[in-house]
Amino acid sequence: MPAQTGGRGLLRYLPVLPSVLLLVVFLAGPVLWAFHASFTNAGLTGRNARSPQWIGLENYQRLLVDQVFPLSLGLTVLFVLGSAVVGQNLLGLALAVLMRRARRTVSAVVGTAVVAAWVLPEIVAAFAAYAYFSRDGTLNQLLGGLGLDQPDWLYSWPMAAVVLANIWRGTAFSMLVYRAALNDVPTEVSEAAQMDGAGGWQRLAFITLPMIRGSIATNLMLITLQTLAVFTLIWVMTAGGPANASTTLPILAYQEAFKFGDIGYGTAVATVLILIGGVFGAVYIRLLREAKP
Amino acid sequence: MRRPALKTMSLIASALIVLTACTPAAPEDGSKTLKVVYQKTDSFTALETMFQAAKQEFEAANPGVAVELQPIQGNDDDYGTKLALALRSPSTAPDVFYEDTFKVRSDVDAGYLLKLDSHLEGWEDWSKFDDGAKAAGRADDGGTYAVPLGTDTRAIWYNRKVLEAAGISVPWQPRSWQDILDTARKIKANDPSVVPFNMYAGKGTGEGTVMQGFYELLYGTGSTLYDEETKKWVVGSAGFKDSLAFLKTLYDEGLAVTPAQALDANVWKKVFGEWFPKGKLGATVEGSYAPSFWQDGGSYEWPGYEQEMGVAPFPTQDGRAPGAVSMSGGWTLAIGAGTKEPDLAFSFLSTAMNRENSLAFTLDSSQIAVRSDVADDSGYQAGNPFVKDVSELVSVTRYRPATSDYPRISAAVQEATEAVITGAREPEQAAADYDAAVTDIVGGDNTVRK
Repeated sequence: MPAQTGGRGLLRYLPVLPSVLLLVVFLAGPVLWAFHASFTNAGLTGRNARSPQWIGLENYQRLLVDQVFPLSLGLTVLFVLGSAVVGQNLLGLALAVLMRRARRTVSAVVGTAVVAAWVLPEIVAAFAAYAYFSRDGTLNQLLGGLGLDQPDWLYSWPMAAVVLANIWRGTAFSMLVYRAALNDVPTEVSEAAQMDGAGGWQRLAFITLPMIRGSIATNLMLITLQTLAVFTLIWVMTAGGPANASTTLPILAYQEAFKFGDIGYGTAVATVLILIGGVFGAVYIRLLREAKP
Repeated sequence: MRRPALKTMSLIASALIVLTACTPAAPEDGSKTLKVVYQKTDSFTALETMFQAAKQEFEAANPGVAVELQPIQGNDDDYGTKLALALRSPSTAPDVFYEDTFKVRSDVDAGYLLKLDSHLEGWEDWSKFDDGAKAAGRADDGGTYAVPLGTDTRAIWYNRKVLEAAGISVPWQPRSWQDILDTARKIKANDPSVVPFNMYAGKGTGEGTVMQGFYELLYGTGSTLYDEETKKWVVGSAGFKDSLAFLKTLYDEGLAVTPAQALDANVWKKVFGEWFPKGKLGATVEGSYAPSFWQDGGSYEWPGYEQEMGVAPFPTQDGRAPGAVSMSGGWTLAIGAGTKEPDLAFSFLSTAMNRENSLAFTLDSSQIAVRSDVADDSGYQAGNPFVKDVSELVSVTRYRPATSDYPRISAAVQEATEAVITGAREPEQAAADYDAAVTDIVGGDNTVRK
């Protein structure tokens, strides 16, 4: 047997070669390029575009004294926790659990409505959300109809608006993941618990959730990474304003790199974003490992 | 069965990748292609029209040369970003492109633009271009890198009916900031549902905030943003604070739009498309191109706008000489430094900007002519009833200090206005924040206290 691993062993990796090549060229390449650029003063135009110089950690030192960066970091974490980890995740789980008990038609109607937001292209969803939350938008007309206050959401509550919009847009994914996971939970276990006198909440907390722990971790990882990278939705709704009140890291990186033409500094912000993604990812992978028996 | 199939598939895939990498991008049949990049939006198609005409004319005169038009859909900011990204690599850089005057200097520094001096020498039309406008295409080394298409100025556009209803005699000409406030207060007293006097502020409207707003104020105080003599940025100026204080008064008293509306990037659409035609706005500071939105074929067609609208120069703070302030920008055509066909590219550029095409473009986009033969044309003078007034402002106009630091400084100014109109900062504090930001951006050595 060991003799076979030589030539044929290498040949065995041939099928994955194209995908590895593509990953290197289109994923690792830009990431490495951005990482390299973050140590230079590369610019979009001007002298620094012609001959960028290696400036070491200067961009990162600038991050430490930047007034917007800490705010932006906090908003990014808030956005991810609020709209993905809590919002999409819990709402998705709740929908999945409820839909199992609902009538077929109800569950079909709800499912379609939720998935509709998800299949919309991001730019379309973003404009829909803008129209919904804007001063004379649908939400305020509804509130007005109920005789309630009509705040200017995008101006007074920009973060709340983008968090809600992202929940609306992304919940379908969590819902689908959890529906699939719940379908895999054997009914006998649940029924046995019911026989033993466990109520609905107890069955959910002690039987169902532990059994789908793996799906929870996978789902959390995917939606966290997706949400970290959300740009279009926020850009269209608030453009990061007012007064940077909704400037998450992707928005900040875009503004620095392209609006101010400071590619070096912009890529430094992007690198921090990658690091945050890495930290979240590592935590979830740990969860995932523990979830396996 | 499954694994061999997978293997075959992946082999085909790898082969395809290798093959596509080897395929030449363009057929090698001896024909030449010029790539032309420009901006096009739903409300701005004048360039598209001009380049289509130039393409036909040029291709007929140069058999074997194809002109490939590549319009970029987007606002000025996005267009600038996309163009700069394309210019970064020789394989994507266009041969001829539409270039903002205030990007010329930094793009020359970046090595993106071809020096045109030797070509311009042999072009007889060049002598017809206005000297002031020619300067817009000149870089620090004295060479000319871009040919101006047209220019613009800024003025106060006002609705005669709204002003008359408030008992103000038209034509209206404010002599000082105080005149503006007095008039605005009268309009508000007469009809509270009308926005009396709009001036853009905050980051939402971006460069519009400073070009159609803040700079008209600042340069009317005798202060400047940048000291051309010492090549340093001005900090600590009283004029800066006064300008912010004026904006504060305007917004605090409800004489302008609400802060929330001001921060909406789309507020200008309401100004042109909704408030002016419906008589819900007294006046605004806007560019000389304003009529292009209202004239036939514009995005907010408004028959009869000529009778209802009026235009007035923006006054200085207390009426000091020269009595009015305006800002100018404008766009040019330039040639990529890496073009393989510099002669053909210039030939296309001069075709696009010959008298006939220039005249059509100038009329179509409500530009201020930079060619004397276009300016003298009866069609130009009859093009819109305001062309004479806004052209006269060229004598008092200012250009932006277009260094590579400029976009960041402009953002700092926008931030200062935003802080003031939202009440986050008093004018004094906002000006101090701006000074700190500028010092941060250019370094203390490059600032001067005035």
